[in-house]
Formats: sequence, structure tokens, C-alpha cells
Amino acid sequence: MSFISYLLNGISLGSVYAIIALGYTMVYGIAKMLNFAHGDVIMIGSYVAYMAINNMGLPIPVSILLSVIVCTLLGMMMEKIAYKPLRQASKLAVLITAIGASYFLQNIALLIFGANTKSFSSVVNMEPIQLAGGQLIISGETIATVVACIVIMACLMTFMKYSKAGHAMLAVSEDSGAAQLMGINVNATISLTFAIGSALAAVAGVLLCSAYPALTPYTGAMPGIKAFVAAVFGGIGSIPGAFIGGILLGVIEILSRAYISSQLSDAIVFSVLIIVLVVKPTGLLGKQIQEKV
Amino acid sequence: MKKLLSLAMAATLAFSVVACGGTDNTQNNDNAAPEASEDAGSTDAASDAATEGDVSSSYNGVLKVGGIGPTTGGAAVYGKAVMNAANLAVEEINAAGGVNGMELQFQFEDDEHDAEKSVNAYNTLKDWGMQMLMGTVTSTPCTAVVNESAKDNMFHLTPSGSAVESIAQPNAFRVCFSDPNQGAASAQYIGENGIATKVAVIYDSSDVYSSGIYEKFAAESANQGIEIVAQGAFTADNKTDFSQQLQAAKDAGAELVFLPIYYTEASVILKQAAGMNYEPIFFGCDGLDGLLAVEGFDTSLAEGVMLLTPFAADAEDEKTKNFVAAYQAAYGEIPNQFAADAYDAMYIIKAAAEQAGITADMSVSDMCEGMKTAMTQITVDGLTGEGITWDAEGEPSKSPKAVKITDGVYTAM
Amino acid sequence: MKKLSKTTKSNLITYGIVVVAYLVCEILMRTGHMSSLMKGILVPLCIYAILAVSLNLTVGILGELSLGHAGFMCVGAFTGAVFSKCTVEMIAVPGLRFLLALLVGIVCAGICGILIGIPVLRLRGDYLAIVTLAFGEIIKNLVNAIYFGMDKNGLHFSMKDSIALGLEPDGVIIIKGAQGITGTPTDSNFTIGVILLLITLIIVINLVHSRTGRAIMAIRDNRIAAESIGINITKYKILAFSVSAALAGAAGVLYAHNLSTLTALPKNFGYNMSIMILVFVVLGGIGSIRGSMIAAVILTLLPELLRALNEYRMLIYAVVLIAIMIFTWSPKGIALRERYSLAKLLKRREKEVQ
Repeated sequence: MSFISYLLNGISLGSVYAIIALGYTMVYGIAKMLNFAHGDVIMIGSYVAYMAINNMGLPIPVSILLSVIVCTLLGMMMEKIAYKPLRQASKLAVLITAIGASYFLQNIALLIFGANTKSFSSVVNMEPIQLAGGQLIISGETIATVVACIVIMACLMTFMKYSKAGHAMLAVSEDSGAAQLMGINVNATISLTFAIGSALAAVAGVLLCSAYPALTPYTGAMPGIKAFVAAVFGGIGSIPGAFIGGILLGVIEILSRAYISSQLSDAIVFSVLIIVLVVKPTGLLGKQIQEKV
Repeated sequence: MKKLLSLAMAATLAFSVVACGGTDNTQNNDNAAPEASEDAGSTDAASDAATEGDVSSSYNGVLKVGGIGPTTGGAAVYGKAVMNAANLAVEEINAAGGVNGMELQFQFEDDEHDAEKSVNAYNTLKDWGMQMLMGTVTSTPCTAVVNESAKDNMFHLTPSGSAVESIAQPNAFRVCFSDPNQGAASAQYIGENGIATKVAVIYDSSDVYSSGIYEKFAAESANQGIEIVAQGAFTADNKTDFSQQLQAAKDAGAELVFLPIYYTEASVILKQAAGMNYEPIFFGCDGLDGLLAVEGFDTSLAEGVMLLTPFAADAEDEKTKNFVAAYQAAYGEIPNQFAADAYDAMYIIKAAAEQAGITADMSVSDMCEGMKTAMTQITVDGLTGEGITWDAEGEPSKSPKAVKITDGVYTAM
Repeated sequence: MKKLSKTTKSNLITYGIVVVAYLVCEILMRTGHMSSLMKGILVPLCIYAILAVSLNLTVGILGELSLGHAGFMCVGAFTGAVFSKCTVEMIAVPGLRFLLALLVGIVCAGICGILIGIPVLRLRGDYLAIVTLAFGEIIKNLVNAIYFGMDKNGLHFSMKDSIALGLEPDGVIIIKGAQGITGTPTDSNFTIGVILLLITLIIVINLVHSRTGRAIMAIRDNRIAAESIGINITKYKILAFSVSAALAGAAGVLYAHNLSTLTALPKNFGYNMSIMILVFVVLGGIGSIRGSMIAAVILTLLPELLRALNEYRMLIYAVVLIAIMIFTWSPKGIALRERYSLAKLLKRREKEVQ
């Protein structure tokens, strides 16, 4: 029985990773950059939702919407100011700018919101489900997170497959030069990608803090890195890959903590990642790119 | 590519020239500072305390105390509390006539909770003309700095560096309890009062404070007839989710969960435990203080939590009430354990300096010698304990108060 | 006298900068014109310069993105510190002890470099970056869980806690899990740091300008073409990677012997540090050895010099980082810079020098 509850905890943690990883993977797929500041957008999203609920007294759905809007604008602004001028530059230069943006967001949050921990009250008002006579408890947050994750993934996949903007994104990710020649506005497409990615970050932030309620300016950093790992795990750039990678990462983390060692769970997670990559160098669902001579 | 590179080089060079210019300037300033501070006194105070206006002229010299702690980075909350509370104490002391007639000046430097940055902060403060050190806030940086301050023979009082090694040198004293001391005291308290026999521990294995307490607790438990049925460690990178550790504790049938951790993580643990209908007794140390002040925290979750702490922000005595009111008025927050330690630290410095008859024209080393003797002679009634005395090793002797959270407030047990 | 070639001249300038900087600092220190902050930060400056130069070998010369450089530094730091602490009574001469600790640290970090170099062969680009990041985190995580002690019965080792070591009463705990190592003899000083930096520069510069270095750069520029002309890719990649790791290990040993306490926190040995070193390399110019060295020095000094800004300093640091990247890399920034007089002035001066 405890195995099943560990597994459920793992899936719950994993779906948070998965939502963050979806944002990571979209941005990577289209803009071909590692947006290290993604984790910090999550943190900003959580703070906005927290402020809206606790200080402004807004109802929960409005607060979440506000947080999504703020993060979307923030993402587009970041893209415009920090990343767009470097579109043609070396990949490393963009990586460093993203790191700069990450430091910037952390420190501005520290100045605005202070260093004190804020306890995020859950946005999910659902009674936990009790199974097997109270032996197995599934919390409302777990259900909400898993459902949100699956819905978001389904929406994203539909969007990519059937909408015009989605097709444009696929085209840009395939070959941005050729896409431009075909009349696709590459800049607008990348901007849209950042908007979607950051909106997802806001949702992820709210769900992350509902399940694990301590909110500080550094809350987003480690989940951000873990989600990055999850995205690579599943094959970076692939939407179902990010989902599978996130869930697997969460489950491995919790199970290794439970059955091997709670101190070494990170080492175990990362070792599994290395093994997977050695066996399958582009992640679980990543595309194998043929090199041309 | 090559052209781009050379351009980049040129830019870096241009930048470095500018930056080097900057370096030279500050270096010169830095050089000026210690010279000025050697004759301490009025000239230096005038430039530094321009904001304080003509008040400084009525003092008989200046005593410069430096502070070090993290004000940015993940541990910023502790450093900021210490900085704020120390500033508050300094204002009060100065308003009441200063230390031995000297004006107390306090400067706080950030160390980002990093040993190397902490030593840099220490050196910056030396350049400023620091005569005594009230720091560092966190244990590992403190262990690094104490070696440096011992070389300079500078009096060193840490408000909250609780590791054994943090005050390994003869010039160093501390306000808080040492980690082993807390671990042993917790085990004794649980054992002697028969609170529980089956105990689970959840601790941060990557944190010096937490693992230090855990080790001693585990060793002492054996003597107290306490059985540790589950131990769940977590690390700094892995502290969002505690469901597995709680599940393990629940499955092992632990009646009490010992939490030698800080309140940030504890707030998550309490929430997750409530989510899984697990209601053991939670027992913590001074790191748990601050739990009730976490913004947005549902205090009903903390009902029945016991903690062994020398300070509780809603204690009813006059001193604590005044301090909490003043702190809240100045910074809009409820002070935590760290703030109380720092506030006491400033008053301890004042008491010891007056006992030793420190004057502004003494050398740093002479001050230290005087303070070292004075520290073992004084008795201080502070926020964190009544009648605190120190031994030559630098350890305070005070007794922790056991408190229990009932109806959202701390009540003594 | 035979006219020096352009590269030789450039290399001599690099060495010259280090030697002159050393002499200036020594003179300032001897004549008492140096602030305590500067005195304290000299060794860290050497450490970061060594790290930046060694990472440039991987990032700039080999052309692979590594986000785990701090992991190698961590290996060097801990093995070196353990060696020094074990032998502190046996070897009384600090210089000799440090030299041996240095060797131990370098060898261990180098071995780790070879171990991690093997998956490197199979992976490319961001996948490689994530493997190095993972490696760095694994090392940090392991080090935080190790308990290691010594008594008259020999060495004891545990992954649980210090009680599980089962030491005799007279035993000493050397690594105490997360509490790390305390009381490492502070054997390093500025002179040793500068010598190590010079050795690092000599190794890296000579490697780059050797036949081996040209082979490595050929792999960077076009792997398939390099393979087709018979360059052994496996060999050269592992070589470059492990040399880079070993040098990071040397920096680690220096780090461990600079402070009396050594713990593996996310701040000093986590991915944050790896990224920090990468920032030095990118800002100094990818592939430019001198550039990484200078950038490391400037960026280490910057937060210290910004101390007067108190809580705004890390914010300013972030803004500076973004601004420099845009300034040096964006087309508009480059155009702006070409019109900018200082850069022109410098360029003209550079031409005159050449």
C-alpha cells in the first residue's frame, strides 16, 4: 500500500515538473535557446497569485488569470529586451543573457516581496479522496495537478497540429530561414512561443505552490532545473516527451527517496538521466538529427 | 567569427579599463578608511555619521561594530533579521548615551551564505575600521571568518552561528545554543517528560545546523529510551516535497516527529502531514520559531507543535513585547529567533564593553583581550534568556524554554 | 633578434599581464597600500582565473558546452583537503604538503574527467551540457552524504552518519557529511596562486598551439571532416576534457586550502558556480584565454566593489551581465560600438602595438 502512495506522490510531483518542462521544451523547440529564467517566471507567477489572493482579496480564478496575464507580459517583455537582440548571436551568449535575466528576477523579487517565506494557501478546494479505508489518500492538489497537466498537454498538441499559429511554430522550429521565406513572421512566432511558455509557467507556479506551499524568491530555481532535466530526459523540443520526462523524473525521485536513500535521491535521479542519455543520446522521444557532411 | 571575437575582446578590454579604474578608486578610498579610523574619534565620525547630524559630537568617541550575514540568496531571511534587529538595538543604545559614552556605529555586509564571500565581507569591514565583529549569521561562513578574526585578535560574537567549530577560537563567543546542545536537550526533554518513545526525524542533511542537531539527538536518544523508527533526510535541492518522509514516519508508527529544521520547510511538512491525515506530535528546536509569523500560513496546522526555543515572539514579558513592537514598527514584520539573538548580541557587547572599560582609542587586540575577560564576568538578561553567562570557551549558559502552540499562540509548558 | 610571431607575442602579453599584476600587487602589499579586502580576495581571483581558463579549454577550444565544471573543482577540493588533513601531522612542511595535496586533487579530478568524458563522446550540444550538469550535481550530492574518519585502526567510511563510522574515542572525523571539512591547514597564498595560474596558462596555451590543439580545434569546427582526415576523435575529446577537469581540480585544491572550512553548498559547488565560470568564459570571449582570465578577475571583483549599493548590488550585477551580452553580441550593439570612440581608440592602439 505504501508503494502505491509513494507512486501517487511521485506522479503528483512529476506533473508539476511536466508543466514546467512543457514551457521549457516549447521555447527550446522554437527559439532554440535554454531559457534559464523560466523557473523564475514561475516564482513571479506564484507571487502575483499570492498577492492577488491575500493582499487584494481577489477571488481565486481571477487571481490565477491575473498571474497568467502578468507572466505572459513578462515573458514577452523578456524576449523583446533580452533575447531578441541576440537572435543571430552565439548560443552561449543567449544562455548567459538568460542567466542574467534569472538573477535579475530573483533579486527584484527579493527587493519587492522580501526574503521572508510566504505560505501559499492552496487554490484547490477539493476534499481528498480516501481509498482502502483511509490507508490511501489522494489530495485535491494531486488530482488538480495531474488533470491540469494532461489538459494542458492535450491543448498544446491540438494547437500545434490544427491551428495556423501552431503550424507556423513547427515551421520555425524546423527551419526558421525557410519559414521566413514562406511568409511566416518569425519574430511574432517566437514572441507567441514565449507568451505561451510563460503563461504555462504561471499555471505551474500556482500549482507548485498549492502542493508545496513555501514561497520565497528562490522557489522557482530548483524546480526549474529539475524541469529542464525532465525536458531533456523526454527529448527536448518534444511535447509528449516533456510530459513523460516530467512524470518519470518525479516518480524516480520519490521512489529512490523511499527505497534507496533520501540523501542521495538527487544523485540517483541524475545518474538515471546520464544512463538514459548514454543509451539514447537524444532523450526518450527526441528526434535523431541526421548530420549532413 | 574572428572579427566578432576581436570586437568582443576590444569591448572586454574597454570594460576592463573602466572597471580597473573603478578598482583603483575604491582601493584608494579603502586605504583612506583604516588610517582615518586609527585615530577613531570625532573626525571619522563626522564623515560617516553625517546623517545623524550634530548628535555625534556629544559622544566620547566611536565604537565601530561590524556585522556579516546573508542579505541576498536563499538564506537572506536570517541575515536580514539580524541586520534589522542589530540596527534597532544600536539606535536604542545610542539614544541612551551609547557604550561607555562612545557612539556605537554598525555596518552590515552581505555574505550570500558563502564562506569565501564572508571572508571578503570581513575584510571590507576591516577596511571600514571595524573594531568588533557581531557575526556571522550562518554557521559555515562563521567557521571560516573565525579563523580570520582570530588572526587579527578581534572580538567576535556570533548571534546565531551554532556549529561547534563556529567559535573554535578563543576570541569568539556566541549568543545562541550550540547544535549538539540543542540536540541533547531535545532528546532529554522528550525522554524525561515521557512525551513519546517512537520517534521519527526529518532533517536537512545538507545543512550544518540541522545535521548537527540530528547527530547529537540520535546519540542522546539511546540514553533516554527513545527509539528512532524512521529518519528521513532531505537536501537543499530537494525540499519542495516531504510526502515520502512523512509516509515513512507514518508507516513506522512514529508518535512524534522531530524537526530540527527551519520553519520554512516545517510549514510545508505540517501542511503535507495534514493532507495525509497524519497527526503525530511535532517537536522542533529554535529554528521552528517564526512558524506562526509566516505570511499566509494557516496557523491551525501548527496546533500542538512543541518547540524548545529560548525566544518566542508572543511571550508576555515586558522586554519581548517592547522589542516586538519596535521591530514591527520599523520593519513591518514579526521578528524571529535570529532577530532576537542579534538584538541581544548588541546589548551583550555593550555590557561587556562597559565591564571591560573599553575606550575608543584602544587597539583592536587590546579591546579583544578586555572583552574576553569581561564576557566571562557579565550576566545578561536578554530576550533569549534570563541571567545568561559565558564560559571561556564562548558557550552561553541559558536554559531553553519549552513552548507549545495552542490556539495559534505559544504557551509555556 | 628574430622577429616574434604574432601568436608568440600574444602569448607573451598574456604571461606578462599575470607577472605585472603579481608584481604590482606584491609591491602594494609590501608598502601597505592595499586594502584588507584586496588582500583577502587575491587568492580567490587566482582560483577563478584558473577555472575560467580551464573551462575555456572545453568550451572555447573543444567547443562543447559544460555546465559541471564546479563538480571537478569539488572533487579536487575535497580530495586535496582530505589528504592535507590526514597528513597534517606526518608532513610538517606546508609547501610539500600542499604540493602533494595538489597532485592528489589533480589526479582525482582528471580521473573524473575521463569517466565523464566517455558519455561525452556519444552526446552533442545541449544533451552534453545536461550530462555535465547532472555530473556536477551528483558529486555535490555524494560529498554531502559522505562521512569519513580516521583512528588508530585506520580509515573509516560511511554514507549514513558519523555515529555509523564507529570510531575509537581518539579518532578524528575528517569529512562530516554536510558539515564538510573543517580545520584544513590554510597552506595556499597569493604567490602559490599566481604560480598555479601561470602553469595553467602555459599548459593551456601550449596545448592550443600544438598539433594536439589543432586537432581538437578541427573537431570543434567540423567533426565529420576531422574524422575523415584520420583524427582520432575519442582520444582528443577525452584528452581535452580531462586536462580541463584536472586544472579545475587544481583550482579546487587551492580553494580548499584558502579557507579553513570546506562544505559543498549549492552556492560554491553547485550548478550556480559552474554557470558563473561559464559566464567568465563567454564574457571574456569564447576561445580567448586572456579574455577569460580578465573577465574572471573583473566579475569576481564587481560584486565586492558594488557593496556600497547594499541590496541593489546583485540586481546591478544582473543588469550589467545582460547589458554586456547585448552590447557585445547584438547587431545593433556592434554597430553602436563601432561608432563608439573608446572602442575605436582601443582598436587603433591595438593596431599600433601590433
